[in-house]
Amino acid sequence: MPENHKQLARGVSLVGAGMSKFGSFPEKSSRDLFVEAFQDMSKSVDKEFDPHGIEYVCIGNFSSDLFEGQSHTAPIMADAVGLVPRAAVRVEDACASSGVALRQGILGIASGLYDIVLVGGIEMMTKLPTSEVTDTLAAAGDVLYEIPVGFTFPGFYAAMASAYMDRYGAAPEDLMQVALKNHANGALNDKAQFGVTIPDWMEKRKQSAERKGKPVPGWKDEWDFLHDDGANPMIAWPLRLFDCSPITDGATAALLVADDIAKQFTDHPLKIIGSGQASDYPLHDRADLTSIGAAKLASQEAYQMAGVTPKDIQLAEVHDCFTIAEIIAIEDLGFFTPGTGCKQAEKGTTTRTGEIPINPSGGLKAKGHPVGASGIGQVVEIFKQLRGKAEGRQIKGDPSIGLAHNVGATGQTCVVHIFQREE
Amino acid sequence: MSEREIPFTAFAFQKYLNQGELKASRCADCHKIYLPVRAICPDCGTSNLEWIELSGKGKLAAYTSIYIGPSFMNRQGYGRDKPYLTGIVELEEGPMISARLLGLDPDNPSKIKIGTALAFSGIESGEGENISTQLAFKVEE
Repeated sequence: MPENHKQLARGVSLVGAGMSKFGSFPEKSSRDLFVEAFQDMSKSVDKEFDPHGIEYVCIGNFSSDLFEGQSHTAPIMADAVGLVPRAAVRVEDACASSGVALRQGILGIASGLYDIVLVGGIEMMTKLPTSEVTDTLAAAGDVLYEIPVGFTFPGFYAAMASAYMDRYGAAPEDLMQVALKNHANGALNDKAQFGVTIPDWMEKRKQSAERKGKPVPGWKDEWDFLHDDGANPMIAWPLRLFDCSPITDGATAALLVADDIAKQFTDHPLKIIGSGQASDYPLHDRADLTSIGAAKLASQEAYQMAGVTPKDIQLAEVHDCFTIAEIIAIEDLGFFTPGTGCKQAEKGTTTRTGEIPINPSGGLKAKGHPVGASGIGQVVEIFKQLRGKAEGRQIKGDPSIGLAHNVGATGQTCVVHIFQREE
Repeated sequence: MSEREIPFTAFAFQKYLNQGELKASRCADCHKIYLPVRAICPDCGTSNLEWIELSGKGKLAAYTSIYIGPSFMNRQGYGRDKPYLTGIVELEEGPMISARLLGLDPDNPSKIKIGTALAFSGIESGEGENISTQLAFKVEE
């Protein structure tokens, strides 16, 4: 692949970002959640903003077709927020759908065609029973060669974990440290689906048993709880329930504008200084099962465009669909050398007060993973953190450069963006 | 139809599999072997490929024991109390492929070793015309 030192033909800034609450909403549809996300995004724009100025709508969504029986969702979302007759397009790249929608919005502005673009993501997953959700997600794998031999998404990442553990001597407990960290972060995020620490979760389970007059489980501490096959069942060895992101309903939205008009919207826009995207083969066709090649290439492209190195990144939201995925991500992004990512959560390097905070929002793990909405969900956190608006989970030291890493399926797609606050 | 006329499709691969043959496509120009089969060589870009039969010998590259499976596996009786093993096998000719794993204990996955020698096998279902084989590898005896 040729080295890519290309720049956008025109600079693009992020001036607003918002999200619906993530969770399970039986009385709502994805369009209702997108309205919530759009309203939250609108509130985040500091100066007066007329939504009718939006010229183009780009929506990430994995499978409203199977989850809700609804195809052709982009114009429906445009309608829900009052934007018909603007051009509206749906982007599908599995769990990277909205990260790629963001990139398509950037390209729309960089091309000179549009000045103001709404990007977003939607996924309504809880209307199907879990077994059908498993089948629907499996459609993001290779249905001719991978799925027929019984692979599931937890299964793919479990297989990557088996290769990683064998090569580097990591233990299942090293993976679970990621879950402990991300739930500790998510407990400070009121939009999170499971915004509770794992020790508090365990206490709630005990209290609930006591209230119902059932035998109270005798877990000594959170590790006792996490090793209990009843409380934390195996999903796909070595991954247990708490290694996996949940099934989630949610929507996200962000407002992109050309750099030269950004100050009309806010005095503190985030300039999108790097954007990169790459694809890869299905898992079995890769030279290395302990890394995601597309993540390395996408981040290299983004770093080169931005003129920064991994050392310049002050915080990152990475695609922790499973605990092993965060470990691989922080190695692929160049924050840590291969084989050392598994020790960072325990060492505290990647906590909110560590050298490089990873997933201060709680990540997909605790915040929730409405697959097509997750990529822009990461951008919502970067927007808040770089503008000092992340409340109880705000990273100290006034960070000004952040990165978002969004993966589709097992890494057949990866898209990386780097943001810098303009003063 | 002579073998040179059989298209490089997953359907054709599966048909060979149903007959107990593990086949791949090989680029006649650069000799790279592809499984899943390819109709265009990703390396040199030609469409000059040919079917070859693989030895069926390989070793375990990655694996998992699945407790929450897709619905078609659930219908076969797998699930929380009866997990199954699946993984990625590196063949001696070079390519890697996803497959079910036989002859190893799904209840004790931590005892399984990456690098374990494996041989081509299959799991048959259906009868007569409707017979279908799921790609599997078993521990070499």
